[in-house]
Amino acid sequence: MNPSSTHHQRTSNEVLLNVNQVAKSFGGVIANNNVSLNVKKGEIVGLIGPNGSGKTTLFNSICGSHPIDSGSIVFKDEEIKTFSIAEIARRGLLRTFQHTKIYTGVSVLDNVCISFPRKKIPSYLEMFNRLSKETIAKAEDILKFVGLYEKRFLLAGSLSFGQQKLLEFAMILMSEPELLLLDEPTAGVNPTLINGLIQRLIDINRRYGVTLLVIEHNMRVIMSLAHRIYCLAHGEVIESGLPKQIKNSKKVIDAYLGAK
Amino acid sequence: MKSSLQKNLYGYIICIIVGIFIPLVYPSFVVQFAFAWLFIVMALTWDLQGGQMGYNSFGNIVFFGIGMYTCVVLQIIPFFSLAEWSEGGGEKTFTHTNAQYFRGLLLGILASGFAASLIAAVLGSLILRMRGHYFAICTLALGVAVGEMVSGIEILGGGSGISVPVWPEAAGSIDNRNLLFYYLALGLFALCFLILQLLLRTTFGGTLNAIRDDEDKAEAMGIAVVKYKILGWVISAFFLGFAGAITGNMVGFIDPIDVAFAGATYGVWMILMVIMGGKGTLWGPVIGALIFHVFQELFWTYLLGWQRVALGALIVIIVVFFPKGILGYFQTRSQVKNLSRST
Ligand SMILES: Nc1ncnc2c1ncn2[C@@H]1O[C@H](COP(=O)(O)OP(=O)(O)OP(=O)(O)O)[C@@H](O)[C@H]1O
Ligand SMILES: [Mg+2]
Repeated sequence: MNPSSTHHQRTSNEVLLNVNQVAKSFGGVIANNNVSLNVKKGEIVGLIGPNGSGKTTLFNSICGSHPIDSGSIVFKDEEIKTFSIAEIARRGLLRTFQHTKIYTGVSVLDNVCISFPRKKIPSYLEMFNRLSKETIAKAEDILKFVGLYEKRFLLAGSLSFGQQKLLEFAMILMSEPELLLLDEPTAGVNPTLINGLIQRLIDINRRYGVTLLVIEHNMRVIMSLAHRIYCLAHGEVIESGLPKQIKNSKKVIDAYLGAK
Repeated sequence: MKSSLQKNLYGYIICIIVGIFIPLVYPSFVVQFAFAWLFIVMALTWDLQGGQMGYNSFGNIVFFGIGMYTCVVLQIIPFFSLAEWSEGGGEKTFTHTNAQYFRGLLLGILASGFAASLIAAVLGSLILRMRGHYFAICTLALGVAVGEMVSGIEILGGGSGISVPVWPEAAGSIDNRNLLFYYLALGLFALCFLILQLLLRTTFGGTLNAIRDDEDKAEAMGIAVVKYKILGWVISAFFLGFAGAITGNMVGFIDPIDVAFAGATYGVWMILMVIMGGKGTLWGPVIGALIFHVFQELFWTYLLGWQRVALGALIVIIVVFFPKGILGYFQTRSQVKNLSRST
């Protein structure tokens, strides 16, 4: 089954995220050098590149983990480069980390429930709201969608690695992002489960209307998932275009071969 | 099957019923019993901080001391000059009338929790931007610094401390006094346990746990982590302030380093009690505090000179054999805390 054959592009021309000439160095290491890319509403955009090419650094820059040296990052017509991590998240731009992050000390269901959308800072009174019936029901639905419903009362930390990844998706879905940045969603996932994962990402994009920007090393995955792909090497965008253009690009092939 | 809420409620009610009658059955131990409730409150407040929110504070003793001083000051200043009181060994020169004593006490106790919370809000907004270990070290310094600072304030008696108004003759024997403070301590426990349990069942509790388990994640999900952390500390300080006020009055004399800001005793003990009982569990702090208190009393009575060594040995044994605390040891996976189920 090739998932890309079953989904058609439903993108608009509205640019959701516009990264313009972003640069970031760590001491002498230039991790991002004038990187520009954009993501349109409804798209699935891929970000590839050899190890150390600056993909995660770019995510960190977009999400406010560190200040950028120069350039601009516009999300929904708002310059976000000076915003804090949480401020950016509250605007609907969420990310996952290269290492799966969940709340290991509470139940699976609680992980999802507590990830209810946080669109604004709660008042002191709102901080003591109880979980509503609707929130719990919604969390249970999402757990059914990712296939973890039966495990909902288990300690999240007791889940297997792959299940923790699924839980992470569930948490993200719960928080209703508009744009989701995924850092290597298939890393460490059993190859037999990868197709299912791709299908889930496509579902997230279509059913929940979430726009995706995905870092991925697995070429087969990104080719069947993404509508458009950017390729980074040595901190610079060396190529961008449709999956089949990227697949045949000499620059991309050289970058990967050169790195190996 | 009974819900966990119901079972916990039964446990809570049993505690309070036992608490009401036990001083009548063993009247000679009333002071020890009072300290048992106060220790439980200290453990509960520390657990909110260290167990639920995952921020190990070594300086919570500050709020205990602030509650204590706030209370004694408010017991004195409506009626006498604080400067003269602290200079002349107040209780020898001045006598509160019956009415004055109780008015001052009421005022002092009521204000103590709020004063402690206020300080927690200020300190929290300064240092709760720091993460785990840095915060812990900072609070360690804070605990020492505040004690030293208060030792330098002459109007509060400086390093030699300040005496608490004596129990008025018209109010009867010292047994009455002890009984009053015993029931205040019990009331504080009742309030503290109930309120903390209710709060932890809200999204506030769930969010504190999220911050504890992965603060980066929590932040990346849009949670206003600093606001939650400060509020957690403020609530912790609130009940600790009351505990300080009651303790000060029971001890009768407030020394800044050995009683109020006693980092080496109460300050460390409140942490040990939680670790012994089980961090982040509902009854862990209660059980830990009780066991700790019993052993501490026994060691201080029968092993004088070696009491600290014995206490140290006890701690090592517990940490080695019950690394998750006594309750953590017995808690199976099926008893995972479940916010969404308890709603
Ligand atoms: N916090 C940091 N401090 C110093 N150097 C850093 C930091 N983060 C990243 N770098 C450097 O920046 C470069 C890009 O790293 P980055 O993590 O963005 O690569 P990546 O494309 O995500 O690689 P991978 O595919 O291995 O995850 C690397 O040379 C890395 O050593
Ligand atoms: Mg990376």
